[in-house]
Amino acid sequence: MSKLNTFPSFGRGALPNQYDLIALALIFGVFVAIGEGTRGINMPLGAVPSADLSLDYRNLPYYALRTTLRMFAAIGASLLFTFTYATLAAKSRRAELVLIPLLDILQSVPILGFLSFTVTFFLGLFPGSTLGAECAAIFAIFTSQAWNMAFSFYQSLRSVPRDLNEVTRGFGLSSWQKFWQLETPFALPSLIWNMMMSMSGGWFFVVASEAITVGDTSVKLPGVGSYLASAIEQRRIDAVIAAVVTMLVVIIAYDQFLFRPLVIFAGRFRVELSVSQTQTRSWVMDLFTRSPWLRAAMAQPAGLFRSIALWRFELPVRAAAEPMNRGTAKAIDMLWLSFIVAVALYALWTIFNYLSQTLTWGDVGQSALLTLFTMLRVILLMILASLIWVPIGVWIGLRPALAEKAQPLAQFLAAFPANVVFPIAVVLILRFKLNPDIWLSFLIVFGTQWYILFNVIAGAQAFPNDLREAVASLKIHGWDWWKSVMLPGIFPYYVTGALTASGGSWNAAIVAEYVKWGDDTVTAHGIGAYIAEATASGDFPKIVLGVAFMSVCVTLFNRLLWRPLFGLAERRLRLD
Amino acid sequence: MLDARAKPLFEIQNVSQHYHTGSGEIGPPVLDKVSLTLSDGEIVGLLGRSGCGKSSLLRIIAGLTKAASGDVSYLGKPVTGPVDGVAMVFQSFALFPWLTVLANVELGLRARKVGKDEARRRALKAIDLIGLDGYESAFPKELSGGMRQRVGFARALVVNPNLLLMDEPFSALDVLTAETLRTDLLDLWVEGRMPIKTILLVTHNIEEAVLMCNRIIVLSSHPGRITAEITVTLKHPRNRLDPEFRQLVDKIYALMTRRPANEVPREGVFPGLGVAMALPRISTNTLAGMIEEIAAEPHHGKADLPTLAEDLQMEIDELFPVGETLQLMRFAEIEEGDIKLTAAGQRFADAETDERKKLFGDHLLAYVPLAAHIKVVLDERPTHHARAIRFLEELEDHMSEEYADRTLKAVITWGRYGEIFAYDETSETFSLENPE
Repeated sequence: MSKLNTFPSFGRGALPNQYDLIALALIFGVFVAIGEGTRGINMPLGAVPSADLSLDYRNLPYYALRTTLRMFAAIGASLLFTFTYATLAAKSRRAELVLIPLLDILQSVPILGFLSFTVTFFLGLFPGSTLGAECAAIFAIFTSQAWNMAFSFYQSLRSVPRDLNEVTRGFGLSSWQKFWQLETPFALPSLIWNMMMSMSGGWFFVVASEAITVGDTSVKLPGVGSYLASAIEQRRIDAVIAAVVTMLVVIIAYDQFLFRPLVIFAGRFRVELSVSQTQTRSWVMDLFTRSPWLRAAMAQPAGLFRSIALWRFELPVRAAAEPMNRGTAKAIDMLWLSFIVAVALYALWTIFNYLSQTLTWGDVGQSALLTLFTMLRVILLMILASLIWVPIGVWIGLRPALAEKAQPLAQFLAAFPANVVFPIAVVLILRFKLNPDIWLSFLIVFGTQWYILFNVIAGAQAFPNDLREAVASLKIHGWDWWKSVMLPGIFPYYVTGALTASGGSWNAAIVAEYVKWGDDTVTAHGIGAYIAEATASGDFPKIVLGVAFMSVCVTLFNRLLWRPLFGLAERRLRLD
Repeated sequence: MLDARAKPLFEIQNVSQHYHTGSGEIGPPVLDKVSLTLSDGEIVGLLGRSGCGKSSLLRIIAGLTKAASGDVSYLGKPVTGPVDGVAMVFQSFALFPWLTVLANVELGLRARKVGKDEARRRALKAIDLIGLDGYESAFPKELSGGMRQRVGFARALVVNPNLLLMDEPFSALDVLTAETLRTDLLDLWVEGRMPIKTILLVTHNIEEAVLMCNRIIVLSSHPGRITAEITVTLKHPRNRLDPEFRQLVDKIYALMTRRPANEVPREGVFPGLGVAMALPRISTNTLAGMIEEIAAEPHHGKADLPTLAEDLQMEIDELFPVGETLQLMRFAEIEEGDIKLTAAGQRFADAETDERKKLFGDHLLAYVPLAAHIKVVLDERPTHHARAIRFLEELEDHMSEEYADRTLKAVITWGRYGEIFAYDETSETFSLENPE
């Protein structure tokens, strides 16, 4: 279950470069354009038919179904995006120049900050219909899933083994055939792994995006997230617990029906030519392979897919068949680059104009300060979570029987949307009159700490037995054991987990620093609360500013901390 | 054979190819004006060592890469892309792990729009021919190496190619499996049961070439040039112990170790001159072990290379670089298929560890220009430190990134053993700290 998702490296330096700046400008330019463009059509937004939500438990299965369907729609959209965007980036050098930095920055933009823009945009697209709200919710989930899937696919496409590539060329496979016969199957194991991580993260956003208020517009879609929001409004703790239980059931079902079969299916596509020792079992998969009736039902679509994959789909004329001379190619490169720079500059100018209409330098200073608060919070809690979970994870991971039971639990906890239990924390804070600046902080890592745990468990499990025996015979104990044996051993795994956790924590800050219970609102000082408040009051310029600060901060974090650590782990501390 | 209708299957004329250096310039040649004709009914062996461009040549013939200059034509028509009448067998098998044996074999046909039933029929026939009956629904990962390579053969044969290209097809297999596969393939060939006209086999195994080929083309390294062409007239099945067979093997060893007449001895063993010489990565243990082996019974300082290769179970691709490194450092001399220790080599064999290291260090400084260059830079600098990237970039001006990296690593290993400098992996710096 463990796999290093490595960073793509762009050249030797890890510092943000000009392409990151261009990407940043483009992304926020689009935000501003949407905010600006939908300002005029605020009117029909109030007319959104908000479904009547009842807190009757009997409705929960239906709501769970709606939530799950949204999840499916989003993963479908993410796959479509992955196949097109990543393929384009991998096949065209010029597209790659823009698309990959863009993707890299998009990964760092806190998705919940998006929400207000996308909701306004989609509601404007389908005025007076819940379709807009559905699209907005699905889009929010999509944005939490698509980027890392696209990245993994792009990286796989770039690392297709040379000899397999030569076989397809030798046999004259068309681009379409090659895509389905070689590239997609090759990318599948890593894509499915990333899909699982995406879906785990997705539940959090389903819950957050089903019930949202932007300014005067309130949207509530039938689903577990809205059920929870209503429960919070009406201060019904029993309904909150019912929502938690429903989520538990849904996630377990998801795991059993979808992921386990998928993981087994993906195992077929691993390129290393040996039978792997660890066998995942799935009763659903067994059912499919053992029941002739189900097999027959699957044969038809599978056969159809196989024949589609063998279509040739050749473009009549390949214009690029003749290599251009270097001069022309260089000239086109220059044109393309100056075009991108011009668009980025225009976007920057638009953003500046937009923000300067309502915001002052004071706002900028305030956001910077609040970002600092949130950053401190994330750093401190990451350290705290590491101090707690690394020893526990190692302890569990070195006991195979225990790890086998604990690992699925940790993965399950990582998938569980932590925001479902936030209201309970608020009730406690209110009851005991605790300081929200301190106690709300814990919510930031509440859902994300499990990534550290399950990665550390995986790392300790993978620690070579002969090394353990050597260490035991050398009688290395105590702090030495941690410092020279175990910590370096699990480091690559820890970095993977901590990276995911830290990214998730930034996102969680938006919901964790600003939590409601009925009419009571508990806020902590931080950029997350700033964005959440601005969203609640529909103040778009402030949202742009807050999200921009957060994105820049996350990007810097990734480049200056995580990427070098990843490099170190890859170079020095790999045990295989 | 000389009549006019016998048009050659493939004609390769003056084909050249270049490396690209790390700095993106056109680097030293891989292939230099190679001309070759392939006709019906022969097994042609391309024999050479790594870096002689034999794999490049194979890919140019298959239409997978374009030559920098020169002409390749198939049945009189110029080759511009992958050719229909050619199929390839890979060293790494290159099977699709997610397809069954049958689907792997069918793929080439299905991609070319051969009907489903027709493809199935032909695939089963090829599987049957190559001895894979009963494995149709197995996945490659369930098969042994030999079985996997059989799938590779079936996949190549099923498209009825005129020319079968084989890129070191047996070198990833263990000795016994490889031998079985060779014999099976030869049987099919001799009995004319394969639908192919010609086989081009790339190999670095001299015995394999003599065992299988009608014609052996010996390529020199850096750049790849044809240095000899040997016709083998022995009848199949050939016997490795046949004196004629042994003679041929010895002759080729001698050919491959012969010093080019017009070159200064010892220069030109490795590509590039002076500091820019591309070096092989050979551990000092291997070097010391080889010196000891030659010094000991029964060789007494002079060994016959084919015998040595057999004793040590080394292929020429492993054996030659070791010998040539020893030659570069003046610990041994290679000539006409023999390797002979020099006085220094003899001294090394007799010495204890510390003395060996000293001797090795002295020879390293004297005869490996890059090592001397690093030492000079370190001596000149007041800090006695230098970043590795400085030398790496210097090397990349002359050779590909891969070669530059390998060369620097080789010098680091040797320099550490000879204690002429220290190298810190974390900061990637050379220094003089430990050795003084």
